[in-house]
Amino acid sequence: MMPEEPKTSKRVDEATNTETMGHEWDGIEELNTPLPRWWLYTFYACIAFAIGYAVVYPSVPLLKGGTEGTAGWTSRGALAKEMDAEKAERAPILAALAATPIEDLPGKPELMRQAVAGGRAAFKVNCVQCHGAGAAGSIGYPNLNDDDWLWGGSLTEIQQTLTHGIRYPGDDQTRMSLMPSFGHDKILTPAQVQDAASYVRSLSGLEPKGAAAQRGSAIFATNCVACHGPEGKGGRQFGAPNLTDRIWLYGGSREQVVGSITNAHAGVMPAWSQRLDPVTIKMLAAYVHSLGGGEAFAPPAPDPAPAAPAAAAK
Amino acid sequence: MGNLDPQGQPVMPKGGQRPLPSALHATSRAVFPRAINGRFRRLKWGLMGLCLAIYYITPWLRWHRGPFSPDQAVLIDLAHRRFYMFAIEIWPQEFYFVAGLLIMAGIGLFLVTSAVGRAWCGYACPQTVWTDLFQQIDRWFDGDRNAQFRLARAPWTAGKIARRLAKWSVYLLVSFATGGAWILYFADARALFHDFFTGQAAPIAYSTVAVLTATTLWLGGFMREQVCIYMCPWPRIQSAMLDEKSLIVTYKDWRGEPRGKSAAKLSDKPAGDCVDCGLCAAVCPTGIDIREGPQIGCITCALCIDACDSVMVKTGRPRGLIDYATLEDSEKERQGQPPTPHIKLIWHARTLIYLGLWSAIGAALLFALGTRQHLAISVAKDRNPPFMLMSDGSVRNAYLVKWRNMEDRPRPMVLRLSGVPGATMWAEDMAKGDATTQLARTIPADQTEPLRIYVVAPAGTSEQNLDFTLTATDPEGGSVHYTARFDAPEGGQ
Repeated sequence: MMPEEPKTSKRVDEATNTETMGHEWDGIEELNTPLPRWWLYTFYACIAFAIGYAVVYPSVPLLKGGTEGTAGWTSRGALAKEMDAEKAERAPILAALAATPIEDLPGKPELMRQAVAGGRAAFKVNCVQCHGAGAAGSIGYPNLNDDDWLWGGSLTEIQQTLTHGIRYPGDDQTRMSLMPSFGHDKILTPAQVQDAASYVRSLSGLEPKGAAAQRGSAIFATNCVACHGPEGKGGRQFGAPNLTDRIWLYGGSREQVVGSITNAHAGVMPAWSQRLDPVTIKMLAAYVHSLGGGEAFAPPAPDPAPAAPAAAAK
Repeated sequence: MGNLDPQGQPVMPKGGQRPLPSALHATSRAVFPRAINGRFRRLKWGLMGLCLAIYYITPWLRWHRGPFSPDQAVLIDLAHRRFYMFAIEIWPQEFYFVAGLLIMAGIGLFLVTSAVGRAWCGYACPQTVWTDLFQQIDRWFDGDRNAQFRLARAPWTAGKIARRLAKWSVYLLVSFATGGAWILYFADARALFHDFFTGQAAPIAYSTVAVLTATTLWLGGFMREQVCIYMCPWPRIQSAMLDEKSLIVTYKDWRGEPRGKSAAKLSDKPAGDCVDCGLCAAVCPTGIDIREGPQIGCITCALCIDACDSVMVKTGRPRGLIDYATLEDSEKERQGQPPTPHIKLIWHARTLIYLGLWSAIGAALLFALGTRQHLAISVAKDRNPPFMLMSDGSVRNAYLVKWRNMEDRPRPMVLRLSGVPGATMWAEDMAKGDATTQLARTIPADQTEPLRIYVVAPAGTSEQNLDFTLTATDPEGGSVHYTARFDAPEGGQ
């Protein structure tokens, strides 16, 4: 049956009584179903909004930069505003922290909590490069979670280390000590270095106390006790490590210990007072102290060989 | 084209021969539904009253929960992250209860659709209920259908402007009451009600009310059926869910045609029951003519059934020329067979499957709710570093243990450690010299207390499971358990 001639050039679909768009693809046609008026007007309103947006906000890219928009908004400016608001919110806490000596912090749990939180954030920015994200350190960089401290693990001692650094040039209060390179500087012969290594390793049970260790014991008594103490338990005054425990900053294998005696290590930590404000340093000290190895306050030991922490006693 | 459109092909709702569109948009015609009375209208009034009553009364119901919890029966406390519903208190950790309720609501819609078709659209949907309300306001102000027509076409005289302003003010009042009641579910209703009108409520309360008032005014006062036809996804989903066994509002063309006396004369057949009075189309809130067959614009509100029944009474014919029927039954009736009994229409296999699913989820939720502990423990282990070798060779792991007391009173609790021989623990607020295998704390009412706990095990301990047991030591008791991992260097070194 021939279809009835439509009024327009476009066909009217019989089943739905709807005009088609006039296109056809392999017999498939599209019905012309116009939008309701409100929908069309909403669409126009969106176009008007887009034009207004383009005028008010930065939007049109140009060869260099782009249009700035009449509102003067920038994402950088928005961030700065947000940061200022955050800073203003933190101001009273920071002021309270600045006014509180670090040894009084444990008595103020809420302030302590804030300090630890702030320290955690500052740690991620300043300290993770060497000490690692979990503060677990690595060879040459101390683990801050454990109970072994070279220079002391109380809040004040940690703060001191942070403020003035370790072997940091340009800070006259920096923590300073220097182990001689016994092998490299020919103070000991290679064989003596091997014997000393045997003795040192025998202190923590890594090696049996054999003949080499016996010989090493004499070498140790002559060369090492000044800093590491007669029992090898180290001394915090010089940041001398405790050699009897299980923690080895530069590794405990025979090769590593021999290496450390031959070419002494002298790790450096920056004096953070040159880069950070005292409140941030206080917060960092609180955070490091909170990692599980923090020590209670002890009167600073005048003795060059202070007692090792109870937990480390063997 | 037959009156019964095959496959429920959506017929545009604006009436018979649609004018060919010449503009970018379809010509839209305002709908002025005529008032009608009848059993479905009465049912709709009843349901509207019920829905509105539930909506407005619920926030004012009280439920005593003791001194530490709010006494509002239904409260979504976003600030404190609690959801209260009578005797039930849901914590964010138990959000699966809410997810379960939403799943039940979804399956509930399927169930209702399977049993009685688009009943949700016709009776209970807020869009329908509020449109119904606004259309009744139209009748109070402007009179019934014909008067509304005349007023709409009348020029904008002072009188018309005054009447329109008065009506829109009432629209605004209804919209405000709608948006205003919503916020009462999110804070203590009495305090918020007072604060709201004295200007002391939070800015978010005012902006929420403003947005909801605006949307109610716009959607209920002006968009109305356009929401159902163009915006709402549910009718589209329904057209996929309805089949020949679904209850829909049907015009029984085999009984009604040829409609009217003049048509009968032309067709040489005896006149059908339909007198072509057009009342069915006049009362329709979405402005469709049901005699064109099933269509997406029909929300099955059944007002056309009431309209047609009232005419059938006058012409002395049996009621139900327009009635709820399935497509399958329509074919049966057309061939003179008796229709399927209603009970069978409703309780068919699909309905029973949905009902089974719905009840199973409901029962599972109730069971979970009835047997849940009112204390909970969650343990997050430090992963960086996973373990810590101490100077004496012992191994330390750190955990963040959360003690959760879900009762409205403080409870004493004890945390016990087991599973790793020789392991002891200390909390961040203790000295490690006091390490022990059990810690006692009193957790305040309705609180979660996080406590950082260090567990240390002797040198040589290897990686293994570690068990935390949290026990309430008050008369009510109860105990929860968490198995965590204890990491150690390989080979215990």
